Amino acid sequence: MLPADDLTNRARNQFFEKRRKVFPRQIDGPFRRFKWLVMVVTLTIYYASPWLRWNRGPHAPDQAVLIDLAHRRFYMFSIEIWPQEFYYVAGLLVMAALGLFLVTSAVGRAWCGYTCPQTVWTDLFLHVERFIDGDRNAQRKLDDAPWGPAKIARRLSKWSVWLAIGVLTGGAWIFYFADAPTLFHQLITGTAPRVAYATVFVLTMTTFIFGGFLREQVCIYMCPWPRIQGAMLDEQSLVVTYKAWRGEPRSHGVKRQLEAASLSPAGDCIDCLACVAVCPTGIDIRQGPQIGCITCALCIDACDEVMRRVGRPPKLIGYTTEVDEELARAGLPAKSPLRRVLRQRTIVYFTIWAAVGLAMLFTLGNRERLTLDIAQSRNPVWVRLSNGEIRNSFTIKLSNMEERPRRFIVTVDGIKGRLWDESRGSDQSVSALAYDVPADQVATHSLYLAAPDSGPQQTPILIVARALDRDGGQAVGKARFERPEESQ
Amino acid sequence: MGEGKHIDPATGTETVGHEWDGIEELDTPMPRWWLLTLYATIVFAIGYTIYYPAWPMIGGATAGLSHWSSRDQLSAEMKSESARRKPLMLALAQIPVERLPDDSKLMHAAIQGGAAAFRVNCVQCHGSGAAGGKGYANLNDDDWLWGGDLKTIYQTIDHGVRFAPDPATRVSQMPAFGRDGLLPPAQIGDVAAYVMTLSGAARPGASAARGSLVFAATCAACHGADGKGNRLLGAPNLTDRIWLYGGDRETIVETLTNGRGGVMPAWGGRLDPATVKMLAAYVHSLGGGEKFVPDAEPQGEAQAEAGKVPAPVKQNASR
Repeated sequence: MLPADDLTNRARNQFFEKRRKVFPRQIDGPFRRFKWLVMVVTLTIYYASPWLRWNRGPHAPDQAVLIDLAHRRFYMFSIEIWPQEFYYVAGLLVMAALGLFLVTSAVGRAWCGYTCPQTVWTDLFLHVERFIDGDRNAQRKLDDAPWGPAKIARRLSKWSVWLAIGVLTGGAWIFYFADAPTLFHQLITGTAPRVAYATVFVLTMTTFIFGGFLREQVCIYMCPWPRIQGAMLDEQSLVVTYKAWRGEPRSHGVKRQLEAASLSPAGDCIDCLACVAVCPTGIDIRQGPQIGCITCALCIDACDEVMRRVGRPPKLIGYTTEVDEELARAGLPAKSPLRRVLRQRTIVYFTIWAAVGLAMLFTLGNRERLTLDIAQSRNPVWVRLSNGEIRNSFTIKLSNMEERPRRFIVTVDGIKGRLWDESRGSDQSVSALAYDVPADQVATHSLYLAAPDSGPQQTPILIVARALDRDGGQAVGKARFERPEESQ
Repeated sequence: MGEGKHIDPATGTETVGHEWDGIEELDTPMPRWWLLTLYATIVFAIGYTIYYPAWPMIGGATAGLSHWSSRDQLSAEMKSESARRKPLMLALAQIPVERLPDDSKLMHAAIQGGAAAFRVNCVQCHGSGAAGGKGYANLNDDDWLWGGDLKTIYQTIDHGVRFAPDPATRVSQMPAFGRDGLLPPAQIGDVAAYVMTLSGAARPGASAARGSLVFAATCAACHGADGKGNRLLGAPNLTDRIWLYGGDRETIVETLTNGRGGVMPAWGGRLDPATVKMLAAYVHSLGGGEKFVPDAEPQGEAQAEAGKVPAPVKQNASR
């Protein structure tokens, strides 16, 4: 047993820990420039997509990307998805998951480091912070400073810009769910639905809090993905690595390093802490791979700059795999990047990912934009008519999924009978029914089918709907004609 | 408890003290904001129970500052729903029921509304599938006692059948020939045999031949010489395959002996005219609906104002 005070004294090991403040220093370099590019591309896609127009004719909205919840339609350029086709969205989610696996096994935590919204918006917020408060040291100084007019002014202006970005972010989100120009006009004139304002408010606050204050806490404590990725990385995965065999033992300062060079083999690391200073999650990469490392590679940029200045070869910190690292330590050349990427795991992921994508493309290209759903009436199963015939009834749903009105002819195969519907009586029966279904709509009708009462108790029949236009197309549904038991 | 607790050298964090097959767990501190979030939710929960009805008391729960109640919410929603339906109900109230098919949208809405009203008011007798039962008409078939066009169905629903409180109700009477001594049992048997030949349920024989004479003298007044019935009198067609009470010999004899007189309530006094129209449209859509033919109606009704249904032909079974 440990002494009692060891169990109750939490002075050293707290139950709860204050967030360690992170003030990442600005850095320039190839990876930083790549991050700029990714930020511009991803934010442009996010903010601009709802404003793209796509002509679908007079019967459908002209917004290229639109999730029309009110009318239960999902539009993506030339693709329109109905609720019953939601498996395409499920397929997209499966592809997204497999894509993440593929990217992770090929290039490590690239999603976290470059494209994750949390990373992109935090990065944007960091730039705003630097623009207003200055770089690392100025930020830290301001943070330590007592509250005064200057500090309040800076804080207010920083938070205002953050909030403005938040409003834009939340504002862009709702444009995906309604016609963007209309909703924008409604928003600024105060006539938009209350749910729109509520959504903008909630997303403004989440953007403000997540991007401005929680930052790396989201990655470390909230997000499940780093934990999953931890299990997916192996010795072949690209990770940002401090090459300890090159860097150690560290020498403190350039001068001492030069002095020591002649006596004992000092490492390349001069312990300048540049890698720690630029890290947006505030970790020390030299402690090895860790959950806080989102592989944004800014420490590579920072270290390369230092190595260049002290005249040492670059990439003391670099993207590498554990296998390559072993080879490099032994003085052997690294495996070719192609062979590293093309390995069993990535090929399997890619094959499944591509198969799902191709299957979806194939079904998308071949799907029939006319569907016929049949529900046979079971209450009553059959009705005897005054002339002794037996009548069955069916509820049919004709979905015209094209963006134009179409006329359909409905007939029944497999039985000699009379056909009519809810708009006429049995004395007006016909051999085929014609229905005009408006563009992008479902028409529901009751189908009545009468046949002589002598016959098998169950007769399999086909209900056929044919489109009467240049493209043709038909839908066939199976059903049964039922007769009373005693009539056989 | 704390046995085996030690500082993990790699992270500098204390372990929880347990060990499973060599695996130990770090006692990593939770972030402080997490704790603050927990406190915030507790504060929110307390505020919630103050704002909304929550705390159980002896006479009911606390009302809360908002005075919210699910009843109020429901009535507000019903109010807005009836406001939304107002144009539809207004259009339905104005249109004469036989003109409904001209407006396919209104007709469609009427059928939907009628289906809902049917489930509330009519299924008790006619069944959820409108297939009826013994003594309760099957509304799916093409056999109608009083007529199957929209206007006639509306009339039947509006005023009912043999519903005494409504002076305009439809009335017909099948006499109790046996019970009241109008026909001796032997003749009843003969008539039953004859009636069964009308729909082809039995072959003609000596009994049926005798029955045909009785039928011509006694039954033809209402059911017609050929037994095809008379809708103006509500007399059923005896030559078809549909029987309200049953078409076997025993049931027909029972019908002849004791008469029949089912009652359907008048719905005009209980439901608003628009709902009765919707019910008529729904019943008409069940597959047996007939086309409205203006000429088939008696002359006097043509001038009648819409909404004010003229007195129906009041038939007391006048044999």
